[in-house]
Amino acid sequence: MSDNKDNWPLWEVFIQSKRGLEHKHVGSLHAADAQMAIENARDVYTRRQEGNSIWVVPAGAISSSQADDAAMLFDPADDKTYRHPTFYQVPEGAKYI
Amino acid sequence: MTMEEVKLEERFQAKIDAEQKIEPKDWMPEKYRKTLVRQISQHAHSEVVGMLPEGNWITRAPSLRRKAILLAKVQDEAGHGLYLYSACETLGVTREQTIADLNSGKAKYSSIFNYPTLTWADIGAVGWLVDGAAIMNQVMLCRTSYGPYARAMVRICKEESFHQRQGYEIMSVLAKGTPEQKEMAQDALNRWWWPSLMMFGPSDANSLHSAESMKWKIKRQSNDELRQIFIDRTVQQAEVIGLSIPDPALKWNEATKHYDWGEIDWTEFYNVISGNGPCNKERLAARNKAHDEGAWVREAALAHAAKKAKKKQAA
Repeated sequence: MSDNKDNWPLWEVFIQSKRGLEHKHVGSLHAADAQMAIENARDVYTRRQEGNSIWVVPAGAISSSQADDAAMLFDPADDKTYRHPTFYQVPEGAKYI
Repeated sequence: MTMEEVKLEERFQAKIDAEQKIEPKDWMPEKYRKTLVRQISQHAHSEVVGMLPEGNWITRAPSLRRKAILLAKVQDEAGHGLYLYSACETLGVTREQTIADLNSGKAKYSSIFNYPTLTWADIGAVGWLVDGAAIMNQVMLCRTSYGPYARAMVRICKEESFHQRQGYEIMSVLAKGTPEQKEMAQDALNRWWWPSLMMFGPSDANSLHSAESMKWKIKRQSNDELRQIFIDRTVQQAEVIGLSIPDPALKWNEATKHYDWGEIDWTEFYNVISGNGPCNKERLAARNKAHDEGAWVREAALAHAAKKAKKKQAA
């Protein structure tokens, strides 16, 4: 990543396509500051009315889990099928449950 | 290779075989990473250099409608370049290095953009044939094994579909026009046809990186396969607007259900790739000029951002 202070830093861009929906990651771009990142994101990622709102986040501010640890990290959820409604038997005839 | 590496590579290949995408933080063979950096950056450079032959006609577009369309198309190409540069960065190379490699002539871009756009009809031919050929490749790449590359391609394909249509529309209007206009369209088709076929790259037998790229599912269809589909589709489109493909050997083959066609002049292809096309020097000079003349803007924006941040801190 470019943390050289002679170059514009990297920003991750999140776009909300419609009111009420979540902001979704769409890509990244370089910009001198947050305002420029938002303006550039508008030009790059919303040229066809894809956007209602834009978030930009300095790429360096994002922490992420390690792909190789995925098995271990998500292991606790593997054997807890009782967290899903389909685990339960519902007596025949019962409605709205 | 150590035992550990063998195991990692087996796991990597198993993921690919199971149609799982590879993401930036996953382990990957160094050669996979290098191949992607080369391919994605070449692809990005092609989008960016591709703005030059089309930009050549923005001020001379024959109507306001055509001008607005061409501006939008060229702006799209800039966006596509950026999506791809971003995807490339996820592989651990800096944007600055990637751009420096283009400007120094070390990195390649699609050889098609080293041909000049001599008449307005060339803008039609570029959209119809060059974007048409690019789309064939890009649709395939929507399913490429590297996640960020595949995602960039999905965005690009969505936006690209108008590019080919606007080019075909230009050609069809010219072909229906005065005899001079029709001749202009035919002349553009004559000049762009063979270079467009070369865009798919060398024949499979001679393609340097093909076998490995197929195994890693970076590529999913061969150069020759894609080229043949492109020819089959485009010949029909040319017929509809009354233009003829400049290939005397072109002939429908009832047995294969494909067109047979002539020989590509690969000497020309390698000649253009190695820097001797009609516009190689001009294109590179234009990119370097833009980069150098933009230096003060990049610096000023950083200085302005630093000043604003300081002010905010003081307040």
